[in-house]
Amino acid sequence: MADTGDNVHLTVEFSGGLEMLFSNRRKHSVSLPKISPKGTPVTIDFLVKYLCDHLMKDSRKDLFIMEDNVRPGILVLINDSDWELEGEADYEIQPNDNIMFVSTLHGG
Amino acid sequence: MPPSICALCTANRAVILRPKNHQKLCKPCFLITFEDEIHETITSNNLFRRGERVAIGASGGKDSTVLASVMKTLNDRHDYGLDLVLLSIDEGIKGYRDDSLDTVRQNARDYEMPLMILGYDELYGWTMDQVVEQVGKKGNCTYCGVFRRQALDRGAARLGVQHVVTGHNADDMAETVMMNLLRGDLARLSRTTSIITSTPSAAPEAKAATTEGGLPSITTIKRSKPLKYAYEKEIVLYAHHKSLLYFSTECIYSPEAFRGSARALIKNLERIRPSSIVDVIKSGEDMARLVPGNEDACANDCATNASATAAEDEVQGCGSAGGKSSESMAKMEARLRENAKAEENGLETEITSVTVEMNSLKLPNGKNKASRASDSQPRRKKKVTQQVMGTCERCGYLSSQSICKACVLLEGLNKSRPKAEIGIS
Ligand SMILES: [Zn+2]
Ligand SMILES: [Zn+2]
Repeated sequence: MADTGDNVHLTVEFSGGLEMLFSNRRKHSVSLPKISPKGTPVTIDFLVKYLCDHLMKDSRKDLFIMEDNVRPGILVLINDSDWELEGEADYEIQPNDNIMFVSTLHGG
Repeated sequence: MPPSICALCTANRAVILRPKNHQKLCKPCFLITFEDEIHETITSNNLFRRGERVAIGASGGKDSTVLASVMKTLNDRHDYGLDLVLLSIDEGIKGYRDDSLDTVRQNARDYEMPLMILGYDELYGWTMDQVVEQVGKKGNCTYCGVFRRQALDRGAARLGVQHVVTGHNADDMAETVMMNLLRGDLARLSRTTSIITSTPSAAPEAKAATTEGGLPSITTIKRSKPLKYAYEKEIVLYAHHKSLLYFSTECIYSPEAFRGSARALIKNLERIRPSSIVDVIKSGEDMARLVPGNEDACANDCATNASATAAEDEVQGCGSAGGKSSESMAKMEARLRENAKAEENGLETEITSVTVEMNSLKLPNGKNKASRASDSQPRRKKKVTQQVMGTCERCGYLSSQSICKACVLLEGLNKSRPKAEIGIS
C-alpha cells in the first residue's frame, strides 16, 4: 500500500448494455493507484478487477469477468483503439486514458 | 507499444484489428472496408433487383441499426435503386419497446425511410404482457420468438413488400450452425445457412381470427441476410466509429440454455482463433450442400428461385428477463420439440415429403457413406428429410406442420385463458 496519495485518473465508459451492470451509467471517473500492490504499474488487468470490486454494484460479476479476464464478447477500446493493438490486459494505464468496454452480447 | 499503422492507407494509426484476417486498419479504412464487403455479399449473391421494395427488419438494436445505415449508404453509393422501408415489431411489453422504438424512429428520420410498426396484439390478439400474465415471467421468450418470426413476414405482406432483410450476423450464423450440428439436425442446418430464404406468407381467406382484412393473398416473402458474413465485433465497432445510436436489450444472454452455450462456445473460440466464426459458417454451408434437396446443391442462381428453401430461422431469444423455463414453458417447449421431430421424420401425413436415403448420398470424395442414426432414437430410419413446406391450416402461414408454431402456442394460450385465476406460475 505504498504511494497512497499518488493516483492516476482516467475515464471508464460502458456501452452496448454493459452500463446496466454499472448503475446504469455510461461514463465513470475512476482514480487508481499508480502502482499496484505488487509494485508494478497498473494495467487493464488491474483496472478490470478494480471495477469489479469497487464500481460494480450488480452481483452478476460473471457478465463482466470470466476466469479473471474480460468476458469473451466484450470489446475493450483504449482511447478508441482496439485493445488487441495495445497489448490487451497488460496495457499500462496512462493518466487521462479513456477505457471503454462495449458488449457485443446484448440483444440487437 | 508503438502505434500500429493502417495496412491500407499506410498513413493513419490503426485502431482496429480485424478478426477474420488480423488486418490492422484505421477508422476511415475500416468503415469503407466493412461497407465494401457487405456490397460484395449483396452483389455476389444477387440479393436485390433494381426498383425492388425492401423492408429492413428494425429492432433498434445494433445489428438492425447498422444494417439500416449500411443499406442506406450502399443504396445511395452504388445506386441500387431500392425503395427501403423500416419494419418494426412491437411485442407489447410495457416500457420495454419505448426506447428501442424511439431508436427506430430516429433511424427512420436519419435515413429518410418510412417506418411501419406492427403490434403483436394486431397480429395475434395477445400482447407479450398478456402472455407473461398467462405463462409466467420466466421463459416467455419462446412465444416472443415464434411470434416475432412470423410478424416480420406478415408485416411485410401487409406493407405489400416482398423482401425483408434482417440483421443476422456471422456470429449468429455460426451459433446456429453449431446448434444444429450438436442436435444432429442436418435438414435445418441446410435451411438456416442460406443467405436467402423464402416463405409463402399471409393467408388470404383462411379462417384465422388473427388476420385482419386487407392482407394480400398468398404471397412469397423473400428473406435475406446481408450481414451474414459480418462479425459481431465489427458490427459493434462500425456502430461505435460511425456514432450510430442503438438500443441494447436487458436480455443479455439467450434465455435458452442451449443457445447460450453455443454462443459462449463461439465467443471463446473467437478469442483463441478469430477466423473460427467464418470457418464454422463455411463448414455449415459445405455440409448444407450435402443435404438432399437443398437449394445450394444446385447452381447458385437457383438460390433466387423461390421454390425450395423455407425460411425457418432459429427462434431468437427476446428481451424479457431470461432464465430457466417455468413448468408450463417446459411443456410447451417439449411440444415444440416433438413437432420438430415429427417434422424431421416426415411423420405429418398432411404434408408431402421428399425423402432421400442418406445411404445413397454421394460425398465429394466419391465414396458413399452410411449415416449413423442418433443413439437416442435407434429405431429411426436412416434418412434425412427435406420437407415440402405447406401452409398452416389455421392461419395460412408457411409451415411444415398442419398447424404452425405460432398457432400451437396461441392454442395453448387461448385454452388457458379462462382458467387464468387457477394458474400460479
Ligand atoms: Zn487507413
Ligand atoms: Zn398458423
